[in-house]
Amino acid sequence: MNILESLKALLSNFFSGSRASEDLEEELRSHIQHRADDLGRSGLSLADAERRARVEFGGYQHFKEESHEAMGGQFMERLLQDVRFGLRMLYRAPTFTAVVIVTVALGIGINAVVFSVLNGLILRPLNVPQAENLYTVEQGKDKSPMQSYPDYLDLRDRNHSLSGIAAYSITRAGLNVRDGHASAAWLYEASGNYFDVLGIQPQIGRLFHGSDEHGLDSAPYIVLSYRYWRSRFQSDSSVIGRTVQVNKHPFTIIGVTPRDFGGTELYFSPDFWVPMVEDAQLGGGNDLTARAARGIQLIARVRSGTTPAQSQADLNSVASYLAKAYPKDDEQMSFSPARPGLMGDMIGRPAQAFLTMLMLLAGLILLAACANLGSLYAARAADRAKEVAMRLSLGSNRARILRQFMTEALIISLVGGSVGLGAGILLLRWLSVWQPVSNFPIRLPVNPDIRVYALALILSLASGALFGLIPIRQVLRANPYQVLKAGSGGVAGRRVTPRDIALVVQIAVCAVLVTASLVAVKGLQRSLQSSFGFVPQSAIVVDTDLDMAGYQGDAAPVMQRRMLNALQDVPGVTSAGISDMLPLSRELPDNVAVYRDNATELRVANTAAEAVVQSVSPGYFEAAGTTLLTGRDFTWHDDKEAPRVAVVNEEFAHKVFGSKANPVGLRYKLGDGTHVQVIGVVEDGRYRTLTEEIHPAMFLSILQSPSSSTWLVARFSHDSQFATRQIDSKLRGLDGGLPFTVKTWDSELNGALFASRVATVTLGALGGLGVMLAITGIFGMASYSVGRRLREFGIRIALGASSSAVLIAAVGKAFRLLAIGSVLGLVLGIAAPRVLSSIVFEANARDPLVLGGVVLAMFLVGLLATWIPALRALKANPSLLLRDQ
Amino acid sequence: MPDHTQLLPGTLDLLILKAVSLGPLHGYGVLLRIGQMSGGSLLIEQGALYPALFKLVRQKLLTAKWGTSENNRRAKFYELTAAGRKRFQEETEEWNRVSAVMTLTLAARMEEM
Repeated sequence: MNILESLKALLSNFFSGSRASEDLEEELRSHIQHRADDLGRSGLSLADAERRARVEFGGYQHFKEESHEAMGGQFMERLLQDVRFGLRMLYRAPTFTAVVIVTVALGIGINAVVFSVLNGLILRPLNVPQAENLYTVEQGKDKSPMQSYPDYLDLRDRNHSLSGIAAYSITRAGLNVRDGHASAAWLYEASGNYFDVLGIQPQIGRLFHGSDEHGLDSAPYIVLSYRYWRSRFQSDSSVIGRTVQVNKHPFTIIGVTPRDFGGTELYFSPDFWVPMVEDAQLGGGNDLTARAARGIQLIARVRSGTTPAQSQADLNSVASYLAKAYPKDDEQMSFSPARPGLMGDMIGRPAQAFLTMLMLLAGLILLAACANLGSLYAARAADRAKEVAMRLSLGSNRARILRQFMTEALIISLVGGSVGLGAGILLLRWLSVWQPVSNFPIRLPVNPDIRVYALALILSLASGALFGLIPIRQVLRANPYQVLKAGSGGVAGRRVTPRDIALVVQIAVCAVLVTASLVAVKGLQRSLQSSFGFVPQSAIVVDTDLDMAGYQGDAAPVMQRRMLNALQDVPGVTSAGISDMLPLSRELPDNVAVYRDNATELRVANTAAEAVVQSVSPGYFEAAGTTLLTGRDFTWHDDKEAPRVAVVNEEFAHKVFGSKANPVGLRYKLGDGTHVQVIGVVEDGRYRTLTEEIHPAMFLSILQSPSSSTWLVARFSHDSQFATRQIDSKLRGLDGGLPFTVKTWDSELNGALFASRVATVTLGALGGLGVMLAITGIFGMASYSVGRRLREFGIRIALGASSSAVLIAAVGKAFRLLAIGSVLGLVLGIAAPRVLSSIVFEANARDPLVLGGVVLAMFLVGLLATWIPALRALKANPSLLLRDQ
Repeated sequence: MPDHTQLLPGTLDLLILKAVSLGPLHGYGVLLRIGQMSGGSLLIEQGALYPALFKLVRQKLLTAKWGTSENNRRAKFYELTAAGRKRFQEETEEWNRVSAVMTLTLAARMEEM
């Protein structure tokens, strides 16, 4: 028999009833006929004989089921029978089935997606051997994951608890494979022992090791990532040994990492790795000799048998050595371990908090969906009371009927669950290749694994069991005689039923979701309206690093000035400027300690402020739209020959000079003892994140603090596309070998707003879903109770009851439950957004607008959900209804 | 109607084995034969026979195959297997032993002890 035929046989068997079952039916019929023959012989008419034979046989259904049980080993058989019957029942109620499947699919799908992201970013360790021994090292009171290279060397050489510690940092470089244009690539600078600490073996070629390093600039090697090797080099294994140009310096490709290794940060997958000692060639900007230049991250492997606490104590003994030996830079130094992969706790902690909250909300949605489906199922069970009663009186036992109900619920929840999981997987696929921040190769490792599938299965079964169990009491209590006699019309129920509680829970969940999403929306709106300290509208930014085309040292400012001049020639550009970094963009600006002019000992304890530093050219403030409050802008004369000058923000002036004085003309000191004179004050702004506190900032002249990292900012008056094209061609004309990108400042800012946008969209979607579930839940409850009491309303109307009295009787309870649920939800919702405050700008649920919005939304939900049942109650026509009985 | 004796639990199996030991029978025939053998004083609810029959088939004490009855109707005939015959003998002996002991015990008088 070929496969098709056997499949057909299986299917027909499945749908028509199995052989054993037919056999049994025939045997029992044969028995009854034999008895009827006997009775007929004793003189009864054929019809009478047959009827009597049937009566004598006893409960036919009952014995049939018992016989099935007695045959034993028939579990699959019975299950198939139940499944078949269940499918038939579901097929007969397509609307019910569709509603339930969609509801379950939404509930399970959301949980699968959220869990998958949580799993990928928080639960799953880095994809390297024995990842459980790895951690990243954070430093100082504010637990920054950023370290300096000299500190790293001391940690590496003086610890006694680690089997290895490696350093890495993410940077960008121009890669030129053959003669031609360089293209920007993202890479890790890594210490020589990086791959050995992680335990990574090469896919082909070899990886670099600690023994390859002999001081700075001694190891010009490249190790390609598998992905980049495939996309850029078409998996050509002859690239091993080839020399390529990185930032116009020769580097040799020595190997390729395995396919599933993506570095030590989860959100980013590099194009290649280069030894950190090559930093100067790469223009990574890590001053490997300065102890205060904290720009690298560490990953440490604990020696087996050492506890994290022991290891931390060991690292802290190194810290106290550092504090004593280098009080200027490392005073009060301390180290603490953190989970690796998301820049320590810097991204890890808010991500974990947010994802945990989302998981909780997703769980609540599933719970609400189950409560909803439970009511729906109970209502359906009530409708099926007749069927149940009939089967009971035919001798079917209750356990059998319960099993049937459960099977139906489980079928439906499994179907719904697989639909939800399928949709979830599609969404996750899209998420994992999503590039929300332009120019930076984001990788979200969120593809579902076995854990996600297991969770979806368990949740499907659990929710099926949950809402399948609800009709059980009804079945157990069903009294066949009463139901058959009286129909499904009924006695007024008890005051508080489990359905009511389920509904209150569901409404509370909905209110929490609505609160959270309103908070997020409000926060996003406020963050868009708040002052950034610059005006991103009508501005174009160009992102490049002159290092990538080999401009270094004094060549960089010359090129920068040429670029600026070219920009100013573009028609429509009204002002242009240069900065070494863009606020609220990809790179986080450095914090630099500054001291009052009279400070003698330049130590951590004496700092006047920790300020954000930005090197800018003359004209930057105008181009960026930053308001100059007093004093003057930089000029091209503020160069290396002139005295050091700075423009500071208000917060800086306030912190360093006090509130009363006019800071223009006053001086302060940098860490190296340089005196800097303030020439102007600009408005405060936001530099690292939208949610940060107001932070001191100082702007130095780019001629006095040169940098190859270059952001050109141009303000234009014409349309942005024209300006973008013009700028692009002008700059290309200056140097074809320099990779750069041109875009509007608005689109560059999307990256900064990314987190709060994602939060808003997710919470909005969850809130919408919660609202939908609450509406259907209340609607179901109200229309069910109105349906049952329609006759009563008819009589009340006939007896002259006012419309409002009928309305109160019809939907009053629904609104009472809505009020209780909403209050509960609001209380919970006010507590929840605390988690949000790290992601969403100024998240606060106590905002009267938010509170009012929630109350209004919940009221609308109630109105919408009870509208139709209320109309039905008001239109109850006594004469029709009485006749119907 | 004569007084019907209530079946002791567990005795239905033995009765079926006894009925079938005299020759292959279909379900209804088993009932009739038990009726005959007990002189009409053992009444079995008709439907209850089948779960018992299927249990015995599952225990491999009986085999069943379809055939034609004396009424010229299709019917399923039951027959003892070798295991069934052995079990029937054991159960009969056990029953005899128990019933003898029970009879003796119930007939005991004060002076005999």
